[in-house]
Amino acid sequence: MPESAPILEVRELVKQYPGVTAVDGVSFAVPEGTCFGLLGPNGAGKTTTIEIMEGILPPTAGEVRYRGEPVGTRFREEAGILFQKTALQDFLSVRQSVALFRGLYQRGLDVDEVLQLCALEKLASRDNRKLSGGQQQRLLLAIALVNDPKVLFLDEPTTGLDPQARRNFWELVESIKARRKTIILTTHYMEEAQLLCDEIAIMDHGHIIARGEPQRLLREHFAEVLLELPRQEFTEVARRLPLKVIEASDRVEISTHDLDGTLRALIEARVPLRNLRIRPANLEDLFLDLTGKELRA
Amino acid sequence: MMKRLIAVWHARNLEFLRDRPTLVFTLLLPLGVVIGMGFIFGGPPRPLFKVGLLGTGAASAANPFLHERYVQFVPMHDQSTALYEVSHQRIDLLLDLDGGARYWVNTDSPKGYIVEKLLIAADPGARRQPVTGQAIRYVDWLFPGILGMNMMFSCLFGVGYVVLRYRKSGFLKRLHATPLTAFEFLSAQVLSRLSLIVFVTVLLYAAIGTMIHFHSAGSIALLFLLVVIGSLSMIALGLTIAARFASEELVVGLLNLLTWPMMLLSGVWFSIEGSPRWVQWVADILPLTQVIDAARAVMLDGAGIQRITPNLIYLTVTTLVFLAFGAWSFRWRID
Repeated sequence: MPESAPILEVRELVKQYPGVTAVDGVSFAVPEGTCFGLLGPNGAGKTTTIEIMEGILPPTAGEVRYRGEPVGTRFREEAGILFQKTALQDFLSVRQSVALFRGLYQRGLDVDEVLQLCALEKLASRDNRKLSGGQQQRLLLAIALVNDPKVLFLDEPTTGLDPQARRNFWELVESIKARRKTIILTTHYMEEAQLLCDEIAIMDHGHIIARGEPQRLLREHFAEVLLELPRQEFTEVARRLPLKVIEASDRVEISTHDLDGTLRALIEARVPLRNLRIRPANLEDLFLDLTGKELRA
Repeated sequence: MMKRLIAVWHARNLEFLRDRPTLVFTLLLPLGVVIGMGFIFGGPPRPLFKVGLLGTGAASAANPFLHERYVQFVPMHDQSTALYEVSHQRIDLLLDLDGGARYWVNTDSPKGYIVEKLLIAADPGARRQPVTGQAIRYVDWLFPGILGMNMMFSCLFGVGYVVLRYRKSGFLKRLHATPLTAFEFLSAQVLSRLSLIVFVTVLLYAAIGTMIHFHSAGSIALLFLLVVIGSLSMIALGLTIAARFASEELVVGLLNLLTWPMMLLSGVWFSIEGSPRWVQWVADILPLTQVIDAARAVMLDGAGIQRITPNLIYLTVTTLVFLAFGAWSFRWRID
């Protein structure tokens, strides 16, 4: 897939805290103009990895290279960052908050242009503390875009937003993608990653446990379809069948190439099928398959 | 670099000006000082002259001078204390009627001159005793101390606390993700606070000065320079405390640890002359001591730049040392 040289390269990254190894030998490269997703449950090491990439945290070992060079002044001028949580300076309006950050960069977009890009024109004179969750996130995105960055880091940008605000935010990110920006995104919403990312790395316990294009990963790990049954209806007899079964908390999932044969086998095993669901596999299933855990458990 | 510094400086000024309670407090505190000074040194007309009386001999009551109007007589017991009061014009004349009238008067004091004439008219036999020491009003002596103390509190708490708040809220972490350097950020904070302190100090100087009829003996421009450099030094000192810590209790404790010795040892309220040598040594290290010492020299003795150059150099050097230390030990985020 990589047609161009990587804009960012992470090599053997390790971050240790007393008693914990948060990131344990993570390596990957991000080609310019693509959206790269780091997926995983809370505590997997996503935020630690992305903050080391941003130059906010020093790594215990390993390195991050931006355009082949260690992260430095050029990177700071060319990177846009949206943290998981950011407080802004009190008593500033939306426009003044953006203008403050615009003043910190040599080059970038016009403040008005950024406000328009993030649909903030009507809120320009509002105090930045009087915004809804979705508006606040759009303001933080505007600040991340104010230097017209080459690479944009979004750390769980839609966590805590309502579905409508989340969808609006995704549309915004897609419009930024269309400008050929490189995006590094962490999320624990599989839907978000599937929609936005060209490539993903799934993390658990500080390791990358799978990497690739979302659709390719799904094809590699899953047969065409998943059959979902309530756990209590999956009989002992059925458990002895030669099926690929993934156990979730309240249900079992059977992954199969041969839908007809599997259905026949289930009927013979007297499994009630009235609650059966058949659907294509998604990244949630992939995570469950890889770790035996549900992502948001 | 200047562009980034100005962006942060401007945003900080806006934040300060819009934070009404803090703004009001910052302006009300000095106003309270002004009103307090007015209460202590203003008020209804008082006796024109104040005369200290030593001794309580029977002869005293008969002396015609004791029946003069508009003269307040204050009994005193210790001669050396009383003489200090004369030299500092807290009393206009000191009289000892035991064994023939003897008196001490400060020859630089206009009121002393007049009250002396009254005394000689009433009791031509009174004998004048020499008084050494320079004549100054206590209120004049106090004035530079009050200004300096106000500056110190504003410098230390105004900057230290704000940076701590930024760090705790994560705003500093966000700034860290930009090209802004620690030195630029700290300099912007210093300059923002400096403009406020200079403004308030000039205001206080004008208001209190008018109220107590104070006229500086020395150059106002030199005083202004001293206020700027002195403020810089104390703001930078506040930054060294705020540079790395994230605990409010610790920062407030450390700020108190700095402000109290300065309150007591820097000569705001009383001179520490005569204290043990180590106390004076500690006092000399404190920037506020240097500020007040230089301010008194200029305002009371009319000293020129030569006399206060050592103070200015000390304050400049400490500013640079504190700023460099602050930038070196600065932490953008809570570890």
